[in-house]
Amino acid sequence: MSEPRLEVKKTSKLFIGGAFPRSESGRSYVVSSAAGEFLCNAAWASRKDVRDAVVAARGAQPRWSAATAYNRGQVLYRVAELLEARRAQFVHEVRAAEGATARSAAAQVDAAIDRWVWYAGWSDKLAQVAGSSNPVAGPYFNFSVPEPTGVIGIVAPTDSALLGLVSVVAPVLAAGNTLVVLADERRPIPAVSLTEVLATSDVPAGVLNLLTGPADELVPVLAGHRDVDGLDLAGAEPALAATAEATGATNIKRISRLVPQGHDWRRDPGTSRLLRFVETKTVWHPIGS
Amino acid sequence: MALDAQGAGPDTPVFDYAPAPESRAVARLQSSYGLFIGGTFVESIDGSTFKTVSPSSEEVLAEVTAAGPLDVAGAVAAARAAFEGPWGAMPGRERAKYLYRIARLIQERSRELAVVETLDNGKPIRESRDVDVPLAAAHFFYHAGWADKLDYAGFGPSPRALGVAGQVIPWNFPLLMAAWKLAPALATGNTCVLKPAETTPLSALVLAEILQQAELPDGVVNILTGDGTTGAALVAHDGVDKVAFTGSTDVGRRIAESVAGTRKHLSLELGGKAANIVFADAALDQAVEGIVNGIFFNQGHVCCAGSRLLVEESVAATVVAMLKRRLGTLRLGDPMDKNTDIGAINSAEQLGRIVELADAGEDEGAERWSPPCTLPEKGWWFPPTVFTDVSPAHRIAREEIFGPVLSVLTFRTPDEAVEKANNTTYGLSAGVWTEKGSRILAMASRLRAGVVWANTFNRFDPASPFGGFKESGFGREGGRQGLGAYLDV
Amino acid sequence: MQTVGDLGVRVAPLDDVVASAYRGAAPGDVSSLISSQDRLARFLAGLPGVDQVGCEQRAAALATRSIKTTAKLTAIELAISMIDLTTLEGADTHGKVRTLCAKARRPEPTDDAVPPVAAVCVYPDLVATAREALAGSGVAVASVATAFPSGRASLTVKLADVRDAVSAGADEVDMVIDRGAFLQGDVGRVVEEIVAVKEACAGAHLKVILETGELATYDNVRRAAWLAMLGGADFVKTSTGKVTPASTVPVALVLLEAVRDFSSVTGRSVGVKVAGGIRTSKDAIRYLVAVNETVGPEWLVASRFRLGASSLLNDLLRQRRKQLTGQYAGSDDVSVE
Repeated sequence: MSEPRLEVKKTSKLFIGGAFPRSESGRSYVVSSAAGEFLCNAAWASRKDVRDAVVAARGAQPRWSAATAYNRGQVLYRVAELLEARRAQFVHEVRAAEGATARSAAAQVDAAIDRWVWYAGWSDKLAQVAGSSNPVAGPYFNFSVPEPTGVIGIVAPTDSALLGLVSVVAPVLAAGNTLVVLADERRPIPAVSLTEVLATSDVPAGVLNLLTGPADELVPVLAGHRDVDGLDLAGAEPALAATAEATGATNIKRISRLVPQGHDWRRDPGTSRLLRFVETKTVWHPIGS
Repeated sequence: MALDAQGAGPDTPVFDYAPAPESRAVARLQSSYGLFIGGTFVESIDGSTFKTVSPSSEEVLAEVTAAGPLDVAGAVAAARAAFEGPWGAMPGRERAKYLYRIARLIQERSRELAVVETLDNGKPIRESRDVDVPLAAAHFFYHAGWADKLDYAGFGPSPRALGVAGQVIPWNFPLLMAAWKLAPALATGNTCVLKPAETTPLSALVLAEILQQAELPDGVVNILTGDGTTGAALVAHDGVDKVAFTGSTDVGRRIAESVAGTRKHLSLELGGKAANIVFADAALDQAVEGIVNGIFFNQGHVCCAGSRLLVEESVAATVVAMLKRRLGTLRLGDPMDKNTDIGAINSAEQLGRIVELADAGEDEGAERWSPPCTLPEKGWWFPPTVFTDVSPAHRIAREEIFGPVLSVLTFRTPDEAVEKANNTTYGLSAGVWTEKGSRILAMASRLRAGVVWANTFNRFDPASPFGGFKESGFGREGGRQGLGAYLDV
Repeated sequence: MQTVGDLGVRVAPLDDVVASAYRGAAPGDVSSLISSQDRLARFLAGLPGVDQVGCEQRAAALATRSIKTTAKLTAIELAISMIDLTTLEGADTHGKVRTLCAKARRPEPTDDAVPPVAAVCVYPDLVATAREALAGSGVAVASVATAFPSGRASLTVKLADVRDAVSAGADEVDMVIDRGAFLQGDVGRVVEEIVAVKEACAGAHLKVILETGELATYDNVRRAAWLAMLGGADFVKTSTGKVTPASTVPVALVLLEAVRDFSSVTGRSVGVKVAGGIRTSKDAIRYLVAVNETVGPEWLVASRFRLGASSLLNDLLRQRRKQLTGQYAGSDDVSVE
């Protein structure tokens, strides 16, 4: 008979600029399982954590957007490899978070990993599919390329802790944006684990930053931040989303509206999320000798 | 010797261009216009009337209607009925034929449209004749071809129209902006309520007649003249599924706020403060033409105008001298004269803003210069103006002037040029002039702007997507990408 | 009327600033510049490039100028006074040249308001005939020379050709450059020939034909124009008329920019002659507009701008009558030479 062993609990932290700080506020909040059991104390991110996360995302922007699309695809694919290696952990966490059956949780994790792979492969196809050479009526070579919008705030879906999160995060990363992600307030653990995967992958520090905490406190800060170029309100409550969208108008933020609860995240996502945070740049040059 | 006998002397004939005015008879203006709702011109229910005047003479051209909220509701209802009726059910190939018809009718009535545009807007007839009207027709032609090919546009199979589009357009290219809005919306199967700018309603009303001649089903396009309150009522109307706006960033911000939390799709084409970057190795004569075209085309009433000239320090004096010499040949005056290069400022209000910012430039210490030129007594005019010794912090280097005012700044390295060019809240367009190919591509990829003109400026084409980065708005107009603004994607 | 502009702001003198774009071309420096093939080649390569599309667009924009009524009449009479009335055919005869000279002196015998043309341009062996026919008229005699039009002869032969023309009484010599040498980069040889021909002209005005149709690019046209001006050309001239394309408005623009800049740098004013394919008044007026708006009205004189043409004169005369009478002239209303 082995001795009873006390489990070592993991502290849930934020992920900012490649580091895992506790909240600047020093506060935390209780995260419970679907069954109501205590899971952890998650960091209660503050306004200043949002600020730091935006600074980190902005700082990572030039390098991530300038990386070759091929390289971004490889880096993102590596993330999928690491997710697969931690498959059991994620199944466990999704089960605990969502109260799903083992089979359903496994299916969700598999779908999330496959989706990550799918978007990794889009990285070096996007410009070919969304770009164009334009036949203008004159002696000009004219072409359009999609470019990343910049720093995007993402409010993660609240009905799918891993597959939903991956579905909104991966396409925006694949397009070359850097992110400040607000995890599902009640079920942040799969998101926090994802950051631990990212930290050990080749994704440069600051490319994805994760905050946990109350949406009604943090979303308005993200929405009002003038260095945030776009905002995906996928998981925001309707009233909060409407206010955030209005606030975002101050710097003409690109807005992706909330996804109604009950959305089937397993559905083929198409290219719409890939194209949501890109800017079409069109270049003209005369043709002459 | 014969040669010596013929030198320039006091007897040398001066080659003055005699007035060459376009006839205005072709304009066939009516004394008053109603609203175009449900395929006919109707009286307003709750609106009022206002006069539209010629900016070059202050002469009243016609009385037009300012649509009220009930008029807006009527127009939206007509558009809804058309969307749920004939237009929504129509196969793309049939929609295409209507667009082709409209394109042809614009070409057939091109002289009339050019004259109306110049009278109402104040822009030179040369520009409305050679740029605005042909491009407007081209937009309908280009988009006509898309109407039955949307499955191949890259948005997935069978992309759906959004419904009723509320479209608010500015006064700088009244007909062209109407075409930019209507052509893609109709090609993708939407119906429209279009609100032309308060000071330039007339060409849209001629366009309404063209839509009648094309036998476009009633209600597919409705045109409501009016001021900002009409536009606000349209944007706010519940029956609108899509809002498309071109105009100032301030108004764009308010529109974005007002559609927040609704189901409405939004695209915005807003202001700009474009950098036109000239490197020392540029083809300087063509660069100077590009600078002139960049900021003095359409009196600088162009959102993508190259209002900041960034010139490499080693050639700054040369380029400024060449520019000033060239500006001496610009002809300011009667917009109806075929030789006029610079027409009237569109309104007293806009003139006031230009004067204020130009004065601020002088107050802040920049050096102001204009070529000698005589401004007509009547109407609203501003001479081509160049500010040198401009610092990036000056208001004239940061705020959109929307007038014929150029701010000249200098740089030493490509990095500095990129940094200064991008140092603006706007991101609509940029220009790069250099004979070095690799530098063009590097600059083009680093400039945060939706359109980069390399060794050219202010070129437009329906096949070429147009629209901004940053606070210059979002969504594209033109090209395959522009269709996305009117599809549920 | 409210007059604005030039608010007393001091502008740097144009000459200095434009000179800075053309470093190495300081006035006193020309002889040392052209004596070194390397320096000359570097200088020419350093001239600003010409963007083909932009240049042609500018020309097209200038072509939209609407020249009507009094302006058109002025332009027509100006154009007549700038014509080098030309016959350069193997079939030319003394009689043909004398006829042409009569036309040159009084293009419109019934109307004294019509000025004589600037010059009559012939082959060297017909110079004496033209000289005689034009005596006392103020119309100059121009002669092509230097193995026109190909220029494919030894320098000795070319110089003999020039001296022949000058001794027969040519006031002006239209030489051709060695395009082959230019295209193979032998700019030193090209300029040496120009200098030698200039000397052989012994005071006659030298027009240097670049044959722009064979130079192919506007960059080459600009470089060749500078080369000719550095060599001492009094005029730079587009074409022989024997090669297609001959003169075009964009080519003329490049030449006008070159003489404008050369004048800014050196203070010496060089003329421009366009030749070949200019048949209608409309064509001619487009060139005058380009001159007016590129280098300025100071160049709108026969000593600085010429139109080399033959049939153009009759079209100008017909259009002039139309302007005066309001009725289109018939083809037999003007004399055919």
